[in-house]
Amino acid sequence: MYRNLTIRQKQIVWAWAFLAIPILFYSVIRFYPTGNAILISFQDWNLLGDRTWTGLDNYQKLFADPVFWKVFKNTFVYLLIGTPVSLLISFVIAYHLDQVRFMHGFLRTLYFLPFMTSAVAMAWVWRWFYQPVPVGLFNNALASIGIPQFPFLQSTTWALPSVLAPAGWAGLGFQVIIFMAGLRAIPRSYYEAARIDGVSWWTVLWEITLPLLKPTIVFIVVFSSIGFLRIFDHVFNMTTNNPGGPLNSTKPLVLMIYETAFSAFDMGYAAAQTVVLFLVLLVVSLIQLRILRDS
Amino acid sequence: MAFFNVKALAVATATSAAALFSTAAQAVEIEYWQYFFDARVKAMETLIENFQEANPDITVKMTHFPYADYRTKVAAAIPAGEGPDVVQLFYGWLNDYVAAELIQPLPADVFPTSQIDAEFFPMVQAMKDGDAYWALPTAVRSLALFYNERLLEEAGVEPPTTLDEMIAAAKAMTKRDGAGNLTQVGMTAGMTAQDHHWWREGLVRQFGGEPYVDDYQTVNYNSDAGLEALNFYASLFSGDDAVSAIGFMDEPQAAFKAGRAGLHIDGSFRIGSLNDTRGLKWGVTELPATADGTRSNYSSYWVNAITTKAEGEKYDAAVKFMQYITSDEAMQIWLDVVGELPAKPSVGLTDANANDPVFGPFIKGLAYAHTTKFANESGQRQLMVEMVERMTLQGMSAEESLAIAAEAEQKILDDYYKSASN
Repeated sequence: MYRNLTIRQKQIVWAWAFLAIPILFYSVIRFYPTGNAILISFQDWNLLGDRTWTGLDNYQKLFADPVFWKVFKNTFVYLLIGTPVSLLISFVIAYHLDQVRFMHGFLRTLYFLPFMTSAVAMAWVWRWFYQPVPVGLFNNALASIGIPQFPFLQSTTWALPSVLAPAGWAGLGFQVIIFMAGLRAIPRSYYEAARIDGVSWWTVLWEITLPLLKPTIVFIVVFSSIGFLRIFDHVFNMTTNNPGGPLNSTKPLVLMIYETAFSAFDMGYAAAQTVVLFLVLLVVSLIQLRILRDS
Repeated sequence: MAFFNVKALAVATATSAAALFSTAAQAVEIEYWQYFFDARVKAMETLIENFQEANPDITVKMTHFPYADYRTKVAAAIPAGEGPDVVQLFYGWLNDYVAAELIQPLPADVFPTSQIDAEFFPMVQAMKDGDAYWALPTAVRSLALFYNERLLEEAGVEPPTTLDEMIAAAKAMTKRDGAGNLTQVGMTAGMTAQDHHWWREGLVRQFGGEPYVDDYQTVNYNSDAGLEALNFYASLFSGDDAVSAIGFMDEPQAAFKAGRAGLHIDGSFRIGSLNDTRGLKWGVTELPATADGTRSNYSSYWVNAITTKAEGEKYDAAVKFMQYITSDEAMQIWLDVVGELPAKPSVGLTDANANDPVFGPFIKGLAYAHTTKFANESGQRQLMVEMVERMTLQGMSAEESLAIAAEAEQKILDDYYKSASN
């Protein structure tokens, strides 16, 4: 039968044969669990017993839960502070590093090192930095010059920024490398033309560098947004005794999902939270892709 | 291994499980699962060795998992006909395991209810349903007050026996630097550790209250006694003369191990790790009583049960194994290796154990201990943590914070018992 096909048809058969592998892979590894999670979100299940249908109960409970709204807000605070701040810092570093010749490779390595370090190890070291007197590095330094202790992780106001700082720092190396690649890709001739015209440094940055970096910026924004929306390991490891504390002030959505599923064993409720996270990620990514298409 | 004849081999490969049993009728292998905790695994290895010596026709294979994966693995394995024949579970999970048909009742002829009622500590009766026990513990745990001998001596105070003495001793051992920062606490504090048990079943009862009613389905600590207990607890770490600070050296047991805390309330399971801490001279005494001598304590335990997977000769072997691991001998081994207390007064309350300087205070505590029936232990603990945080971080009054905690905990209980009755 295969022999009777035209060349064009044979090509199609082969294309589908190759496509079938990723499709099968995605069906089993991605789509089936996703569908199952959506199904469980309408059910009551404690992991051990039978699943029972509860309709929209889990979603009603979710929207009436003040902890959920608190956590929802936290998740966006991580995103809205984390992404722009890390973007700005990494651009400034990349911009200047790009012009440095002295020990360029070594400096670049230093910036990239945190990205290769395990988040768990890093979170625990920072957790130690933040401790109150007599163990914490920062507070011991403050105390030794007579300044009162600062409640890094013990304050509902400062705990989130304190957790965010090492998380942002950890991702910095990656963003710096991407930015530098983007900067290198801008043709030199534009800069040379600008210099001949005697344009100011600011105009060069604003009219040449930034517009031509747009694809790079969009990529980093999408990438780091998804990262901050899914933040978990830094928060969990820096607050293990009181996960997401104090008073849920550092708790992101993923940590709430984890606790609902694996401490409370309320899988239906956890699945409902997962569906909400999925929708949030979807919407944020679609908006960002829309911006990308404009360019 | 001897060769099968060709036919048997063919059958064995075709219907592997069934065929293997018939060819290996002499030796039954049963599987035992528990979560990984070094001392518990070591103790169980000793028990299995002893059991196999006495029952050469049975082999027991132990598998252990990190605590975090334990429930998921058990839940996935047993319904699939895999996994353990005898399984270890936390007493608070029993209802879930029974409802999910993961375990079966112990045979009443081998484990007669009346005998167990009489022989085990009364809290074990929570494992009974009608005329059968579902599960039995090897060991139980309770709380006691650890003290740092060197710091007590330096401050010139004796190990406290009452709450007032405890506060006085803690004050004597508290140290601050020039800026007023605590550098050594008289006592550790933190609901994230064992303090939430001490508060619920210890302090609330000692101040004349009852933390829960209706078989732990109704929260009852939002009362005068509860308020008094909370104010007492908060006095440890509030005000200028605080003897403690929440989060001091990250966590209570770390501060005590580092020799920076005079007093520390913890469970008997901490003994092993304190023994391994070099340079720490510590002692332990009963939880302090009120001025009129009222004492109260919290106890908890892990139990072993036979799963629904065990059938036929595996079931018989599992029953034998259960008999051994709940025997007096097993309990003594568990005490010596893990530091957890025997579940039978007849073993625990021997003169040697009850007067033991280390185990004694815990064993005495069992006599007046209560066991909270949790619906979601970490969730309920979290509410205690937040109850204190609202007071320390947001300046809320004890009264208001207590009411919020009680209401939130009632909601957890209601949700749990509602879905359990479905």
